[in-house]
Amino acid sequence: MENNKILIKGNHAIVEAAIDAGCRFYAGYPITPQNEIPEYMSIKMKEAGGIFMQAESELISINLVYGAAVAGARAMTTSSSPGISLMQEGISYMAGCELPGVIVNVQRGGPGLGNISPSQSDYFQAVKPGHGDYRLIVLAPYNTQEMYDFTFEAFDLADKYRNPVMVLTDGLLGQIMESIELKRKTPELLNQKKDWALTGAKGRKGKRIVSLLMEPGVLEKHNFHLKEKYDLIRKTEKRFEKLGITEDMEYLIVAFGTVARISKGAIKLSRDIKIGLFRPITLFPFPYEELKEIARKVKKIFVFEMNLGQMLEDVKIAVEDSEKIEFYGRPGGGVPTSEELLNFILKRIQK
Amino acid sequence: MIEKIIYKKPDSLTDVNFSYCPGCGHSTVHKIIAEVIDELALRENTIAVAPVGCAVFAYNFWDFDVTEAPHGRTPAVATAIKRVLPDRLVFSYQGDGDLASIGMAEIVHTANRGENITVIFINNTNYGMTGGQLAPTTLLNQKTTTSPFGRDAKNYGYPFKMLEFLSPLEGVKYLERVKVTDAASVVKTKNAIKKGFSYQLQNIGFSMIEVLSSCPANWRKEPLDSNKWIEEEISKVYPVGKIKDIK
Amino acid sequence: MRKGKIKINEDRCKGCLLCIEQCKVKEIIQGEKVNKYGHLVVEFKNSGKCNACTLCAIVCPDAAIEVYEVSEEKVNGK
Repeated sequence: MENNKILIKGNHAIVEAAIDAGCRFYAGYPITPQNEIPEYMSIKMKEAGGIFMQAESELISINLVYGAAVAGARAMTTSSSPGISLMQEGISYMAGCELPGVIVNVQRGGPGLGNISPSQSDYFQAVKPGHGDYRLIVLAPYNTQEMYDFTFEAFDLADKYRNPVMVLTDGLLGQIMESIELKRKTPELLNQKKDWALTGAKGRKGKRIVSLLMEPGVLEKHNFHLKEKYDLIRKTEKRFEKLGITEDMEYLIVAFGTVARISKGAIKLSRDIKIGLFRPITLFPFPYEELKEIARKVKKIFVFEMNLGQMLEDVKIAVEDSEKIEFYGRPGGGVPTSEELLNFILKRIQK
Repeated sequence: MIEKIIYKKPDSLTDVNFSYCPGCGHSTVHKIIAEVIDELALRENTIAVAPVGCAVFAYNFWDFDVTEAPHGRTPAVATAIKRVLPDRLVFSYQGDGDLASIGMAEIVHTANRGENITVIFINNTNYGMTGGQLAPTTLLNQKTTTSPFGRDAKNYGYPFKMLEFLSPLEGVKYLERVKVTDAASVVKTKNAIKKGFSYQLQNIGFSMIEVLSSCPANWRKEPLDSNKWIEEEISKVYPVGKIKDIK
Repeated sequence: MRKGKIKINEDRCKGCLLCIEQCKVKEIIQGEKVNKYGHLVVEFKNSGKCNACTLCAIVCPDAAIEVYEVSEEKVNGK
């Protein structure tokens, strides 16, 4: 068997995954800490015979992706927090038009221009996004392998549900190098026919892809249709990971992405404390029921994030007794250490 | 007696009546575009991008593939469609609010990249759909719902001449300003649009046709008076004619 | 002289009167009929002066006018 293991930077892994997933249209605009993506993509997309465009703004990026999706291409854009804010308009239009597309957010500190340190402060923006009643499928990788895997899978998910998919990662995962295994296989839905795409009205009436639905009641109906789709996604695409969840577990950490990784370190350091980790992988759909089940059995639930408590709100929805929840967050590009998290746990346990 | 039909509604128009006001220039330009597409036999090979504004409903009237774009992003959407499907005719249809205001970055960079698309730009010197507010193209002293005392340059700036502004860009291959005030000018407009489309089919590059177009309802004028106003006032500020043609 | 006639699609006509201005032989007039959308539609007089010049149809924003060339059957046996 061919050995597909390579040492690679997270941002580069996203490029490899997109190309392997059949993405043949990329548009992006420079912003730190994701610049390796457009840089590397400008080479890889050319090799793959696809279209690479350096957009002149994030507004242009997302609308190029919108147009490419209209024409039936697998398309992607990437950016970091402030740039994603600029894309919100286009993302909402894509959701309204039911256009597939992949958006990668390599998060940095905010608000405003913030800084270029890793952050998770765009959780709300990803999970409870822009104007109108819509949802994105949100995947949160926590190592370089998942940067590759989730970006790869994002394209099939986008096509399957005709919905934008966001890979929500951060500057730390974008910058670190790890050994990963490449898939190099054909994505399941790559050649799925896109009857809805606009390719010219050959032998048929003209078609339209629009999100303006002015006739009375039509938009309301469309929203209900979208909800049905989101409900199906909730039922079928929920993903999470449980680590060290045992029958006699007393405490639970809930964390995603980079912080889940740091939490694993804290658990390792904690030695004889009976503590496990619940890591939501899809932030939408959020694994409420599964978390609820586990949360019942523990004395305390620690929610750790690199923000001031955004996923915390979803944990509170999931957990029946929210008095059990202890939150520790580092905003503005602050990255906790495993020791820091363990100290917080110890203090709260001894109280 | 034999009756031979020599002029009829083009096939590329649906049977849906235009939603535009009586005498509106949008209607005329929609019709002309459909005629050109019929004549070039491109109905099955065309993808149009409609703007935000009155013409957002263009997709109800054209019987070819049409999508819409967020306000002003029309050229970006058209660019990607054309890049993905280079053998299709792709055009964006935009008003002056869409193109000359909120979508300024999109149109400038699309033009500068020399994207091989055609842009039909409707200049009626105001925001039609939202109720006749001032646009970058509004004439000096023109009264609109947000310049009720007339546009004074000190507060509102000057009328934006898009074609003259885009003309120096190397990616731009063909620019012409036309009007649709009488049969002769309608024919000229049709020829200009046909030329823009033909250039695209020959991979010549970016072209844009600006149509001085009436907005009787928001101008508070009868359709005939509106056309007279285009002849007497608007075309003084925005002279019709070829601005650039590299061929 | 070429003979012609026009048919006005009364559902599409909005009574903007641009066609009347274009007609050199004054064969179109402002009518009295209001269509179902409330527009006062124009009328073709059909007094034999229409020469099928198509100017009215060309200028009609709403593609509401069809133009026909009318000829005797015997012309060149066609």
